[in-house]
Amino acid sequence: MTPLLSATSLIKRFPNGVAALDDLSFTLRAGDFVSLLGPSGCGKSTALRLVAGLLSPGSGAITWPDGKPDIGFVFQEPTLMPWADALTNARLPLDLKGVPRARGNDAARAALARVGLDGFETALPRELSGGMKMRVSIARALVARPRLLLLDEPFAALDEITRAALNDDLLRLWREDGLTILFVTHSVAESCYLSERVLVMTPRPGRLAADIALPPQDGRAPGFRLSPQFLGCQRLVSDALGRAA
Amino acid sequence: MKTLLDHVLPLALALVLLGLWEAIVRINDVPPYLLPAPSAIAAALCTHWSTLSAAMAATLLITLKGFLGAFAAAVALAILFSQSRLAEKMLYPYAVILQVTPVVAVAPLILIWVGFERIALALALIAGMIAFFPILTSAVQGLKSADFNLIDLTRLYGASRWQTLWRVRIPSALPALLTGMKTGGVIALIGEVTAEFAAGSGTATGLAWRIAEAGNRLEIATLFAAVALLCLTGILIFALLSLLEWALLRPWHESARQGG
Repeated sequence: MTPLLSATSLIKRFPNGVAALDDLSFTLRAGDFVSLLGPSGCGKSTALRLVAGLLSPGSGAITWPDGKPDIGFVFQEPTLMPWADALTNARLPLDLKGVPRARGNDAARAALARVGLDGFETALPRELSGGMKMRVSIARALVARPRLLLLDEPFAALDEITRAALNDDLLRLWREDGLTILFVTHSVAESCYLSERVLVMTPRPGRLAADIALPPQDGRAPGFRLSPQFLGCQRLVSDALGRAA
Repeated sequence: MKTLLDHVLPLALALVLLGLWEAIVRINDVPPYLLPAPSAIAAALCTHWSTLSAAMAATLLITLKGFLGAFAAAVALAILFSQSRLAEKMLYPYAVILQVTPVVAVAPLILIWVGFERIALALALIAGMIAFFPILTSAVQGLKSADFNLIDLTRLYGASRWQTLWRVRIPSALPALLTGMKTGGVIALIGEVTAEFAAGSGTATGLAWRIAEAGNRLEIATLFAAVALLCLTGILIFALLSLLEWALLRPWHESARQGG
């Protein structure tokens, strides 16, 4: 199967001399849910920004065999416009693409409804909880119907209950839209719960230490979070992380 | 209750101080050419109300023109700086030079260049010069302090520079810009008054000219009345700009919501 993207020997050194990535290579297939896991500062976010095209690699290349798809991006913080209501925030990608306001509003309203924010269209970010702000951020990332969704530790700052709910919502959206997701996290449990593949990175400068295939979502035991299968996955990933350190 | 106290306490203090002033002047029989009593100042204000109010309106109008010119120029330059590091590096030192040059020193030159027949324009220019820098610095700071992730997001969606500026940078800059406008608005008045003193002739019709005139005639009560109106003008400018800040920021920015 042709990969959606191939990252080959990515090297990134910042002007201040920090070497973020050293020879990072990986592939993503269409429809994958892949987690990029590693300790803080190992270059996960840098890798994600390289994929998004927000940064350029020092050397190495990212290739898109079938052409670069539309990309949605969710940051660690909700990164909303505090002066704009939820609908305007969710509509931003469409506004920037020049989509007529009425069509943009319809799409943004639908995107907000899909993340459980029906009725909160006119709420300003300050009126929303941390989890709701993140939902607006996800709605904004999905509103332009991207094929590839990049998420940079989006749930790291949220409480456990909200985080679990958003994990399930993300899985639902991934299934419904047939998205390809690259999810940056430093949580072993989260990577094992969400993804079907975990890319484990070494400490800075980041390289790929292991590419671990996990049971596919539809082949997981009922109550996966509490199952021995889940514990087994976590042990597998934790061991790889330990070896990478 | 808190809001009531906030307004009543300063007023009560003012009344106490005025009463004290009145008492000291009367008890010590201070000559009115040295320090007139508040009652004498109030009487002078009533007597000369038509000339003083006209002077106040002239000062306010010239200050407003200078301020609006400074605002337009400063925001345009700040936008240019936010789009071009080269332009910023090239022009910013000149903005600093403009700021550190005492306005009193250049005012006569500007008056000569513009001409005394266009005195209002010359005064507005000088007022604008002094208001320009705080608006510029705050606008530059505001435009640069937009959330870089939001900027990245606009890049991801292929936004033009203009779109990023309009949708993200300018709204992000509003809190800093409005703070700069409040500072600029008040010191524009100082610039206007300084320029009027520098002009120092009968062609000027603002409050500073009335102060100079009253001083020359030893009409100290009228002088005090003009100074009081000048203070009132400054307060009015500050209050209007604070109202604008409140209206624009209150829905979303913490600085405008505190105590609200």
